[in-house]
Amino acid sequence: MRQRSRNWQTLLTTTALVTAAAVSLTACGGSASEPKATANAAAAFEGKGPINYVSNRDASGAANKSIEEWNAAHPEEKVTFIELPDSADQQRQQLIQNAQIKSDTFSVLNLDVVWTSEFAANKWIMPLPEDAVPADQMIPATVNAATYRDTLFGAPYYTDGALFYFRSDLLKAAGIAAPPKTWDEMKAACVKILALPEAAGMSCYTGQFDKNEALTVNFSEAVASAGGSVVDAEGKPTVNTAEAKKGLNLLVDGFKDGMFPSDAITYLEEQGRRAFQDGKVVFLRNWPFLYASLSATDGSSKVAGKFDITSIPGTDGPGVSTLGGRNLAVSPFTANKGTALEFIKFFTSEEQAQKRLALSSRAPAYASLYEDPAVVAKRPFFPTLLESLNNAKPRPKVVQYGATTKAIQEEAYAAITGEKDTDTALTDMQAKLEEISAK
Amino acid sequence: MTVTTATAPAPRPAQELKPRGAGTPRTPGEGRMAAMLLSPTLLVLALVIVYPLISAIHQSLFRAESGLDADGFVTEGEAFVGLANYADLFVGESGRRFLNAFGNTTFFTVTTVLLETVLGLCLALAMNRAFKGRSLLRASILVPWAVPTAVSGLLWRWIFQSDGIANTLLGSEILWTAEGTASKLAVIIAEVWKTAPFIGLLVLAGMQIIPEEVYEAAKIDGAGWWRQLGSITLPLVKPTLLVAVLFRMLDALRMFDLPFVLIGPGKESVETLSMLAWDESNQLRYGSASAFAVVLFLYVAVVAIVFVKVLGTDVTGAKQLGLKKHRSKANKATRSQKAEATR
Repeated sequence: MRQRSRNWQTLLTTTALVTAAAVSLTACGGSASEPKATANAAAAFEGKGPINYVSNRDASGAANKSIEEWNAAHPEEKVTFIELPDSADQQRQQLIQNAQIKSDTFSVLNLDVVWTSEFAANKWIMPLPEDAVPADQMIPATVNAATYRDTLFGAPYYTDGALFYFRSDLLKAAGIAAPPKTWDEMKAACVKILALPEAAGMSCYTGQFDKNEALTVNFSEAVASAGGSVVDAEGKPTVNTAEAKKGLNLLVDGFKDGMFPSDAITYLEEQGRRAFQDGKVVFLRNWPFLYASLSATDGSSKVAGKFDITSIPGTDGPGVSTLGGRNLAVSPFTANKGTALEFIKFFTSEEQAQKRLALSSRAPAYASLYEDPAVVAKRPFFPTLLESLNNAKPRPKVVQYGATTKAIQEEAYAAITGEKDTDTALTDMQAKLEEISAK
Repeated sequence: MTVTTATAPAPRPAQELKPRGAGTPRTPGEGRMAAMLLSPTLLVLALVIVYPLISAIHQSLFRAESGLDADGFVTEGEAFVGLANYADLFVGESGRRFLNAFGNTTFFTVTTVLLETVLGLCLALAMNRAFKGRSLLRASILVPWAVPTAVSGLLWRWIFQSDGIANTLLGSEILWTAEGTASKLAVIIAEVWKTAPFIGLLVLAGMQIIPEEVYEAAKIDGAGWWRQLGSITLPLVKPTLLVAVLFRMLDALRMFDLPFVLIGPGKESVETLSMLAWDESNQLRYGSASAFAVVLFLYVAVVAIVFVKVLGTDVTGAKQLGLKKHRSKANKATRSQKAEATR
């Protein structure tokens, strides 16, 4: 069985191409069955020695610095940084392949927050002891996103939340004192602003509505902002509720009323940035990484100094952001679990998070770091981001996340493009999600 | 499988050196030698083609039956389901997706190959003429073919974005990368742009071996340009063209990267069979992913066999060797003479 599993890895990536006769075939083969042991893996973090840290790239070099510091202090338990491809899909695939063949190469895994449930439920990562992270000092949503069924499986490394960018100059010109907190206020503000001569041809708002993970993010935020949820704590779908309908209708009506630019169904983060930066929209939902390029004063941004940020709008008050970011977890198949746990504690400690802030703009999981004046001076969006994160909720925490997000994208896209009405789309989405969660 | 055709040309050198009648038996030593020389090739082919193929077929008969236990952990087992993965290709939601992908794959193959062939022929005719700057044109035509597909996908994505140059030039507001007919068109345009030069160059190579005398003779007989094209160029270039078309068709049937990068994964308007198989394996459903891959393989194999058997595509170039070549040329010459005579 083990042998067969090894073949699996080779096969999955094999694209067999019959050259001379040019008959080609994509072969995906293999299996990774083997019924899982039922014993609780919480067992023991034992064994000291060198380990591998598998992660996405950190272009800032901040993670490398942390690792260097650890290696200098622990010459017998050196950590090696293994870099995975940039594409999240490929990262996930490599991590899963290694888990399925129970390879001991990967010790500490850097996981996207949405993979936590899948990896935890498959026992590809170990439950962590309570004292692994100082949960009370971290932003609650980040700990929530690292938890599966009330058990902590990951240590929050960095996080991300939505920001609501708005054109402060236009708001001022229209005589609006405070940025809108709800969708109704935003609509009212838009009516005033779009009547201004300097706002001719502009649209009101945009998020990311291309059929992509970003649509799942925007849909989840809309539903949560309207008081609903996509799935409950058990992972059972709840999109057949009145709140979910209200949430989806925010997006559907936005397109119907012409509040959103009609080409927003092709927008990802980058297209949204350009639309805002070129002065095509008044309001924009996007991630904090935009802040730097929008405020660039070298002439590349038409909105430098003319915009500001706040929390995304909801129906009755501020909206609910989804959570991005990454967690660190320990593979149960590695030999030196003791070192792995110690390294995670070290790496995700407040001290290291603070040191990394000097190089990296990735948002830390520790609330206190957002209020440090030195940090805020460098990253002015941090206080607003903290507000957003304090009110944030993870995306659906489900084991079959891939199938879930696909179903959400398909139905939400059908609704916003007018192919289905809101009720049909949500009924179909509920049915699809029920089928997925029943598996 | 077609593996055998791939190895067929190998004994050719011996034949070329010492032409032998069809009936001459091989000496036993010769056969053994041939087998020995071929064995590394066969071994590699078996390893990279036969084994994955059998493994994929085997895998397609299983299905992961996972569920969650009371604590939320996955209980996993793999069950033998026979042909259930294949039966699912035709019913329910998975059936709808499969038929959609199958339709898209076929649609893209037919349309792109047709357009490429016409365009490639025109390119070849243009390049075949003697004029100033011909070598520059030949080199520049190669550029799209040299660009990696994923890169050309990105390139066209910029061209086709909502405020991109395509919409600016057309003065339109078409959402090329959203679901719908426009996205299909975008894929076809990008694919034809990239691969027409391939057909063009292969056909050009075929055109250049047509002897000049044939054209001179036709001219003397008073044949115009169109007549020359229809009676000389096209018939003589047909074997090369068929090979080029076959290669393109087999390539187009497994189209993956262009729609993936240009329009995006998960867009049903452009989802091909390869993309579907990728998506299934990405969601850890290896059984159905293998079933998709096997179906795609069979589809490709059928197309290849039909092409080789029915249209007589000369993939290995065997017919063009030795005496046969002269004979076929002589045949063609007589045919064109006949054609002239009947006028």
